[in-house]
Amino acid sequence: MRQRQVVQGTRRTREFEAFVAGASGRLLHTATLLTAEAPDDNPRARRLLTLALAHTYACWDRLRGEDPYDRTRQDLALRYAHGTWRRHGLLLRGRTHSAGPLAGLAPQERLIVVLRLYEGVAEEQAAALLGLPTERVGTICDRATATLLHPPREAAPTVVGAKAKVAAS
Amino acid sequence: MNRNQREAAVRQLMERATPQVPADLYGDAVRRGTRMLRRRVVARRLMWLALFAAGVAFTVWALTARPWVEPPSTTTPPMTGW
Repeated sequence: MRQRQVVQGTRRTREFEAFVAGASGRLLHTATLLTAEAPDDNPRARRLLTLALAHTYACWDRLRGEDPYDRTRQDLALRYAHGTWRRHGLLLRGRTHSAGPLAGLAPQERLIVVLRLYEGVAEEQAAALLGLPTERVGTICDRATATLLHPPREAAPTVVGAKAKVAAS
Repeated sequence: MNRNQREAAVRQLMERATPQVPADLYGDAVRRGTRMLRRRVVARRLMWLALFAAGVAFTVWALTARPWVEPPSTTTPPMTGW
């Protein structure tokens, strides 16, 4: 019994290490896009990702063929959604206008844009994950896309610069 | 600009700056994950222990109180001496 647990533990550690080495770059990028932080200064994204990865590690033996990347992404998205709900309206709202390409969007718009366009999650899956109707997810995604490509006048200068670059290319 | 072009433009916008993965991310995640697992094991043990204690308490109470035995009557006086 003890022997089997040790073998299972070393196997889990080895597999998890390979998974983190392969997936953490993309997942950290996702988390940084969600929190709208600068790529070189992203404490909140790191914290979110560490917690999501720890959860995946704890569930590793019970995945049973499920994709660990998918699981971590779901956990990340839900943690972000619950976190913004809790700190909604607090002083931290001012900080969300800091940096990143999606800084001009609301938290929910950011979450849907990242899941749909960056991660390529299907509309139905994103809707099921967030508990929203499918049409609503599509509407929010379209609106957020429009906001990103044609930002309002008071938008942050980074977004305006990004739009100029996209238009030029 | 149709929908596909707009989505491609947003994708391009998002893929530009890639953050650097910190070196201690893996260690942190494993440490927290191990703690989570250990807590789960402790919680499961406590649950079994509580269940066992409740079972023992119920058995002891049942053997001492004997709730299935009919209680002695308090309205009819005992029939003695006839």
